[in-house]
Formats: sequence, C-alpha cells, structure tokens
Amino acid sequence: MFDLPLNLVLGLLSGIAFGILLQKGRVAKYHVIVGQFLLKDWTVLKVMLTAVAVGAIGVWAMIGMGMATLSIQPAAFGGVLVGAVLFGCGMAIFGYCPGTGVAACGEGRRDAMVGVVGMLGGALLYVAAFPTLQGLITGWGDAGKVTLPQLTGMSPWLYVIAIGVIALLVRVFAERPRPAAP
Amino acid sequence: MKSWSPYVVGAGIGVLSWFTFASAGHPLGVSTSFENTAALTERAVAPQVAQNNPYFAEKAAEGKPPKINWQWMLVLGIFGGAWLSARLGNDRTPQSVPPLWRWRFGENVGKRFAAAFAGGALMMFGARLAQGCTSGHGISGTLQLALSSWIFVVGLFASGAVMAFLLFGKEGRSHV
Repeated sequence: MFDLPLNLVLGLLSGIAFGILLQKGRVAKYHVIVGQFLLKDWTVLKVMLTAVAVGAIGVWAMIGMGMATLSIQPAAFGGVLVGAVLFGCGMAIFGYCPGTGVAACGEGRRDAMVGVVGMLGGALLYVAAFPTLQGLITGWGDAGKVTLPQLTGMSPWLYVIAIGVIALLVRVFAERPRPAAP
Repeated sequence: MKSWSPYVVGAGIGVLSWFTFASAGHPLGVSTSFENTAALTERAVAPQVAQNNPYFAEKAAEGKPPKINWQWMLVLGIFGGAWLSARLGNDRTPQSVPPLWRWRFGENVGKRFAAAFAGGALMMFGARLAQGCTSGHGISGTLQLALSSWIFVVGLFASGAVMAFLLFGKEGRSHV
C-alpha cells in the first residue's frame, strides 16, 4: 500500500516546489488556461516550452552520464490520440489540467475542487472499464516506448539544442517592446 | 510578489525535473496517482468487482501495483505548495464561478460545478487512455523526446482550442 518513506518524503518536497511554481506562474487560474486555448494568453505555452527546454538539457546530460534512465510511455496510437482529444475537450470545459487543478484547489478555487472529484470519477471509470479499453488503446498500432531521436536516427542533442533555440527566440520575440497602440 | 515571469517559472520546473530524475528516478507527473487512488478505492469499496478486474493482475505483472507512492505524495505536495504560495502571496481566490464563465453561462453555481465535474472526469479519462497529462506527457515526456508525448501535446492543444472556441467564441477572447 505504501512506498518507501524516503521516496514519499522526496515526492512531497518535489510536489511542494511544483505547487509553488504553478501558483506563482499563474497557470492555476481558470482564465489563464482558457485564455491559452482561445489563443489570447500565452502563459501556459511559455511556461511549458521553457520547462521542456531547460529540463531537457539536464535530463539528457544525466542520461548521457548514466545517472538517469528514460521514463516514457508507449506510443499506442489509439490511446494517445483519443486520450489527447478527450483530454483537451475536458480541460477546456474544466479550465484546469490535473496538476494545475490540484494547485487551484490550494488557491481556494471552489470549481477546481469539484473538478478534482470529477477527475477521480474519470479515473474510476478508466479502471472499471480497463479490460474493454485495451482494444481501443492498442488497436491502431503501438510503436512502443520510442523517442524522436531513435525514430529519426539523429542525436538527441540536435533536438535539445533546437528546442532551446526555439525557446530563446520565443522569449526574445514575445517580450520585445511594442509601440503603444494608437 | 503575487506572480513570477512565466520564463522564470518554466526554468524552475525544468530544474525541478532534473532534481526528480536525480533524487528519485521519476519524471514529474500527476494523473497516474488518480488512477492509483481509483484502483485502491475500487479494491476497498467493491473487493468482489476488483477481484474480477484483470487490471490488478496486469499492473502487478508490470511491477506497478497501485499504491501510495512518490507521485501520490507529489500531488499532495502540489496542493500544499500552491496553498502556501497563495497564502503568502495574498493571492487566494475562493470563487465558484470564474468571470469568463459567468459572462458566457451566467452566475448559476450548480451549472459551473456540473461542468467542472464533467470536464474533470472527461479530462482524467483521456489522460489515463493516453497514459499521461500536461505534466507527464506535456512536460516530462516531451523533454525526453518521447513520440507518444509529442503526439499528445499537439492533440491536446488542437482539441482544447476547438472546444474553447465552441464554448466561448471569438468574442470570448475579449473577456479573458
């Protein structure tokens, strides 16, 4: 039922840091999430792109030095595609994602608290329907736990550098000083 | 300060993922914990049903039986960290109906709660089908350059945008 105490403490500490970052990043706010989907407020993508660019450097360096191993999910196309579409629709209706929904509860948002209970309901449905869902998940093929560098035969560092450059360009161009509107 | 630059926060999350890989060998992720909680609940509340569900045998065979683990505590920590941050930053928002929703669908709290519940359920069901959410796929998987995660983020933003425009229309943009 319970994992090792050290793991639990490490998880809790990492979670507290994650929660502070999500709250300070304004992504635990309904209008910021929906604003992203309406292509009005780009906070969510800025946070995610920077996190991926910075995270990739350290994680791939650790993988290169043998200090970390990949921990990814299989590309089971049915599950990933149908899952992504349902996820996006649900997230636009709810106005939070799973992590930011929990953070929004910490911010005191009542609708997020109701939605988190709904999330538990969705998870229960998945566990209950688990046997019948397998056909949908893997029915359109399953490429397994494959990475883009493996797929293309290129170095992961090409991707890491490209993502870093894109993140820097976004930072520079999105935040450039603009002339005041007339 | 109430909020920080999205780039500072993003870089912080990136460095935090270095820490989680180095300290526990785990990527940041949230939705598996909800699946674990659901599975533990099913086994506690309806042991007969759980006994006939191949889910448990399959997860045990994968070496991932449902339990209170690193990620479960991470989710608890997210709540605690956000609570602390909102408290100290004077940024608590104990509201039931967000202004954008009120502009489009009115003040009815029950309506907003019903949508939040259904949206949350649909979102989590999708997350479990895809085996990840905005954290597990959107940040951790994409930074590991996983094919599954890059497909997931494209699909999620495309469908989220379509749904948001269906709900709020172009006019909604001026109410964000």
